Amino acid sequence: MLAYVIPVCLAIMTVALALTLMRLIKGPDLPDRILALDTLYINAIALIVLFGIWLGSELYFEAALLIAVMGFVGTVAVAKYLLRGDIIE
Amino acid sequence: MSRPLSKRLLPQPLLSLFLLFIWLLLMNDLGLGHWLMGALLGWLIPLLTHLFWERTPKLYKPVKLCLFFLRILGDIIFANLQVAKLIIGSSAKLRPAFVEIPLELEDDLALTMLASIVSLTPGTVSADLSDDRKTLLVHGLDVADEAQLILDIKQRYEAPLIEVFTCSPT
Amino acid sequence: MDIWIEALVAISLLLGSLFALIGALGLYKLPDFYMRLHGPTKATTLGVGGMVVASMLYFSTQGNGISLHELLITLFLFITAPVSAHMLAKAALQQKLRISEQTRGKPWDQ
Repeated sequence: MLAYVIPVCLAIMTVALALTLMRLIKGPDLPDRILALDTLYINAIALIVLFGIWLGSELYFEAALLIAVMGFVGTVAVAKYLLRGDIIE
Repeated sequence: MSRPLSKRLLPQPLLSLFLLFIWLLLMNDLGLGHWLMGALLGWLIPLLTHLFWERTPKLYKPVKLCLFFLRILGDIIFANLQVAKLIIGSSAKLRPAFVEIPLELEDDLALTMLASIVSLTPGTVSADLSDDRKTLLVHGLDVADEAQLILDIKQRYEAPLIEVFTCSPT
Repeated sequence: MDIWIEALVAISLLLGSLFALIGALGLYKLPDFYMRLHGPTKATTLGVGGMVVASMLYFSTQGNGISLHELLITLFLFITAPVSAHMLAKAALQQKLRISEQTRGKPWDQ
């Protein structure tokens, strides 16, 4: 059953990523683009966990956790830059 | 140093317990070595960092906080279904609104928790905290009645947090 | 693997990816920034939650003992998603982004 469900899920995630990418291109303002990037990384985590199940390997967990940590720091840094014009004061 | 020895050796027992729990989850293994390493880290990290904490947050009812989090988890799932329904429906029918919520909480950690819970649950995102920390600006996706929303948030989420983070005479 | 567990894994995978899709759809079609903020903070976080539950179920039934470390991802996202949403909302308020006409109430001046 999983052999059929996982490709379907991958397809759904692809559509979600495409919609997010369209928002990233369209903008219209910087916060919109940052929000799109934020959504992209969260979706990437979901995609990696899905991939881990498909390949039956637990090694992908570390990658997903690292992306979660780095993505959060990235989003906060860019949002802070927009707010203050500087990251480290 | 006037503080008792147990306080000096183990400044934040709950934080230590939490660190041990995170370590065991990270290792994904319940072997004796992992317990020892987790206990060591849980002891050393609060000990080495507690001088940097300006004010250590005080939890008075940890068990109640855990139960509160379980309820929040249920609320998150319910709120998500609601938001999903709103997004799929027509976006011209939505009634977005900015609502100002007066706050009674004062503790930093409690305020952070309330703002996060407001963002995660009932179709609202906390947008800003006023400079005097007395008002939270909230954006709702579909607000039928502002007064009802304020009442809901205060009763459902703020009241339990006040109970957990303040010392009650009982 | 038991057929029932496989079905549960499949259902939570589908639910997770559907939530991620709904979050992205909200990001794409809602009219102003503050409304778009709702999609990613709620739906996408739960989307990852669904995937993580599926992964926990799947690896716990592979015969290598219970696997719970995926919980850390959800825990971390539940802590960080509101923080980044709050930062973005603050930045948007400061830049005075356009607010759709349906919105009642006004944000205060920064």
